[in-house]
Amino acid sequence: MMKRKANIVVIGGGISGLSIAYNLAKLGMQDVVVVEKSYLGSGSTGKCGTGIRQQFTTKEHIILMKESVKLWKSLSEELGIDVSYRQTGYIWLIRNNDELKLFRQNVKIQNSYGVPSKIISREEALEIVPYLNPDAFIAAAFCHTDGKASPFKTVNAYYEAGKKLGVEYYTFTEVVNIIVENKKIKRVVTSRGEIETNIVVNAAGYGARKIGEMVGINIPVENFRHHILVTEPLREFIKPMVIRGKLYFTQTDRGGIIGGIDMPEPPDQPLKARLDFLETFAKNATEVMPVLRNINILRQWSGYYVVTEDNHPILGPTEKLGGFYIAAGYSGHGFMMGPIVGKLIAEYIVYDKPSIPIDSLSLERFEKGELIYEKAVIG
Amino acid sequence: MRIVCRCEDVTYDEVIKAIREGYTDIESLKRKLNIGMGPCRGRICIPIVIKILARELGKKPEEVGYPRERPPITPLPLGIFASGDNDEKKG
Repeated sequence: MMKRKANIVVIGGGISGLSIAYNLAKLGMQDVVVVEKSYLGSGSTGKCGTGIRQQFTTKEHIILMKESVKLWKSLSEELGIDVSYRQTGYIWLIRNNDELKLFRQNVKIQNSYGVPSKIISREEALEIVPYLNPDAFIAAAFCHTDGKASPFKTVNAYYEAGKKLGVEYYTFTEVVNIIVENKKIKRVVTSRGEIETNIVVNAAGYGARKIGEMVGINIPVENFRHHILVTEPLREFIKPMVIRGKLYFTQTDRGGIIGGIDMPEPPDQPLKARLDFLETFAKNATEVMPVLRNINILRQWSGYYVVTEDNHPILGPTEKLGGFYIAAGYSGHGFMMGPIVGKLIAEYIVYDKPSIPIDSLSLERFEKGELIYEKAVIG
Repeated sequence: MRIVCRCEDVTYDEVIKAIREGYTDIESLKRKLNIGMGPCRGRICIPIVIKILARELGKKPEEVGYPRERPPITPLPLGIFASGDNDEKKG
């Protein structure tokens, strides 16, 4: 049975919503419910490339991800389920001197915030990832504290840990409206009945804009489809996330090689597969690592990057409507940010102040014209 | 011990346990147990798991449904796609 009344309704059962709900319950909040229109992890979380990195180009992203990595390191222990988190690094292959110059600048910024990235030689790169084609790059940027985890295991771990703390989950339940009276949230109308509440968290991923419209708040995100594939499982030989330009690939905890490459498309494309993605990926990936030619592709699929103009998420309360919080628009980085976002949004709701200031990531930054541009977006 | 999924060594008991832990739709079960994710692409395990799930939920197998199909329909080496004459094409 569905609750008729809740302290907080979290919309969206991806890593953001699940982490927020878990953290709220951990801070002692009762009657927290998660409403998910499909199954848990059915949106961008379950479709993602598994990577967790700190090699960004802005203070906001670097600090958030540095703090998120601290949480990732003990997440399996905290949630009581192994999420297959591993600090196997991210290695960006640098193709020419112009790129090298940019990466030197990025490394400098990252180091200034305590992220231990560094430029390494081609020989050092080949030691970290054997079978790379030495002609495909001239040097690399490497951060050994970056890594990866299993999105499925992480979703299930948050779900089960939250359930133990009393969080309730309503899957295959769609939010159809949010009733606001006198500038206060009154209730959430779902496909399975209404829930009275004064606090709503919009962690609806590619549905975040639509949820915003229900309360008259414009959430400036666009949903861009990205393509991804996985191969048959093999013994581990690609430990870090390997990146070159818009190409990325690594090996999952199950041994399959997972990877993607940018295929520029207009927004709001349906989640279908494109054959020419396989061609573009295969051509680039086998150039970077020729032995991949003989490895079988098992599946390809697509998922949305929910993208903001400055490639940073929208996090926190909204000035226009008290009790309405947003955690969306990660621009392709939502999985990796899940642990820290859950903690900070829960702190915002419970203490009215997160332990790391994230005011600069508010919705209001778009109206004020205070955007912070991230350049390092891949896939 | 009864094996339900040969690619991933998933047993009947594991399927029952997962359903009772709350993984009560085929997509969630797939992601919890990795059924249907091996090289057979679910040809062996998925129909069996659908039957078990239907029985546990008191539903008909067709009400449980089939997980979303993902191409290609059979495993194919990356090299096949890399050798195409798509050099000039842009996505």
